[in-house]
Amino acid sequence: MALLEIRNVTRRFGDLSAVLGVSLAIEAGEFFTLLGPSGCGKTTILRMIAGFDAPDEGELFLDGRPLAGIPPEQRPVHTVFQNYALFPHLTVAGNIAFPLEMAGFARDDIRRRTGEALELVHLEDKGGAYPHALSGGQKQRVALARGLVNKPRLLLLDEPLGALDAKLRERMQGELIALQREVGITFVFVTHAQQEALALSHRIAVMNAGRVEQLDVPEVLYSTPKNRFVADFIGSINLIEGEVTAASRHELQLVAPGLGTIAAPAHAPVAPGTRGALALRPEHLRIAAPEARAGLKNHFTGTVAEYLFLGDVTVYKVRLDNGLLIEALATNAGSGKAYFHEIGDRVSIEWRHDAGIFLDR
Amino acid sequence: MKHSAWLWTAALAAYAFLYVPLAIVVLFSFNDSELNASWVRFTTRWYAKLLGDPDMLQAAANSLLIAIASSTIATILGTMAGIALHRWRPRLLPFLVLTPVSMPEILLGVSLLLFFRQVLDLTLGLFSILAAHVTFSIGFVAIIVRARLAGMDEEIFAAARDLGATPWRTFRRVTLPLILPGIVAGFLMSFTLSIDDFVITFFVAGVGVTTLPLQIYSMIKVAVTPEVNAVSTLLMALTLTLIALAARFAPDTLRRSP
Repeated sequence: MALLEIRNVTRRFGDLSAVLGVSLAIEAGEFFTLLGPSGCGKTTILRMIAGFDAPDEGELFLDGRPLAGIPPEQRPVHTVFQNYALFPHLTVAGNIAFPLEMAGFARDDIRRRTGEALELVHLEDKGGAYPHALSGGQKQRVALARGLVNKPRLLLLDEPLGALDAKLRERMQGELIALQREVGITFVFVTHAQQEALALSHRIAVMNAGRVEQLDVPEVLYSTPKNRFVADFIGSINLIEGEVTAASRHELQLVAPGLGTIAAPAHAPVAPGTRGALALRPEHLRIAAPEARAGLKNHFTGTVAEYLFLGDVTVYKVRLDNGLLIEALATNAGSGKAYFHEIGDRVSIEWRHDAGIFLDR
Repeated sequence: MKHSAWLWTAALAAYAFLYVPLAIVVLFSFNDSELNASWVRFTTRWYAKLLGDPDMLQAAANSLLIAIASSTIATILGTMAGIALHRWRPRLLPFLVLTPVSMPEILLGVSLLLFFRQVLDLTLGLFSILAAHVTFSIGFVAIIVRARLAGMDEEIFAAARDLGATPWRTFRRVTLPLILPGIVAGFLMSFTLSIDDFVITFFVAGVGVTTLPLQIYSMIKVAVTPEVNAVSTLLMALTLTLIALAARFAPDTLRRSP
């Protein structure tokens, strides 16, 4: 039995449907992420799990028991809020002790558990400090310790890394993974940052306009997105529009206007005549000078329109001869000059016949 | 530089205009002369005389009793009003709560008198004064408490619920401690307003009961005696202390925060 089951939940605000018929099952011990653009309904789902909102239709079950009518304070679910929501009038230790006091733990127990929680987030020496004296990362850790201290069944995290700067965010990602593994508590994480979701989660539900578009492990979401939205939202993607002209069990042939025939893998049965797009990740494309072509099955020529040197990699934007702008990624592992193609250079773009995925939606 | 010198002069003049009369009252309360004309020598006998004046003591006792009772009641009601105004953000209600704050005192005095006499048929006295003082104080407390709440992150109240606190415990453990400085400031403001009030009290006091400001007024009908100076000085000292305390507890409502 799933730890949390969301069954056919719909929530409307006036004419707007924030959540539309969502069904999810979250397993115990999972690091589960709700990923989507702002307004996709992910935060509404979180609020319904926490008990701050209730579905118009459908039900939520925790450990098989319906959550309807149970107020937030009686749910074994805690939330790490986006802006931490630490109590400014309480010390760090006082903040962490708060849920223990509310649960009626004995004084000694509270002290011991608070100490353990401080240790868990490496803030042993900050117990007496007030929240305003802490850095963003420290506040974040206090909020985590406070949410975890009386071992809830579920910890909800509402874009908790959003307010941190890039470097710190990366470090907190690592700490979150380690923390979740250590305490074994189920995390439900809400974010609009796809990289964060990929890095942290066991499973991700990609949401759009109140619906779950696809739910899977990060690798599958990345390599075989179900539709254009998921393909586009997770990572960078090139979409080459075309029509299927031939299909076998493993291979497809499609014709793209102005490019010609492209060989692509068949992940699902597709009938000839189907229109759609071949989705290709930038790292699947090989960029080279025309004379240095590797002889892959799909090859086209174009002109470098722009490039972004990112250090480890360089992202090239290449205008193919049919006018399509595509992105190709080159690693900078070679010695010497870190990039090899200048704006205006003629280049060859090629990719393997089994790269990418054909999307008809 | 020239500009700033001019500003300083203007400011000093303004402050002098405000405080020199007060300083003279204080000075002459220690003057050993029946007349407020020229300085003779230092004395505290006017203060001693005050303490021996039963009318004055009765008036002071009335003032203190009314101030303590009315500011306590106004603080409780005003705090509730402030929280309600913040939480439900009604459109019209804030004006109704805050109107007595900006209403001309004479208008409030007359209308309260009419209300107490004509509508309620109340015998004027301590109770009518108390009710009137509560009326004009509630708005001040509500403003201060609401301002205090407005500066707060709403999520902390949700966080308290989320972490296992019932609505009541959320109020006791989170809301109340956070708005307490505002409540204390509101109480002190109400106290100051009550103990100083003349106009409204004048209308609703009736014949039997006198408060300190009314007593002072009745004394200066004859002449401004050194005794009046002494009681005014004491009242001034009390008021200034309370305002200073209020400013300490709620700096954001009474002055610009640093």
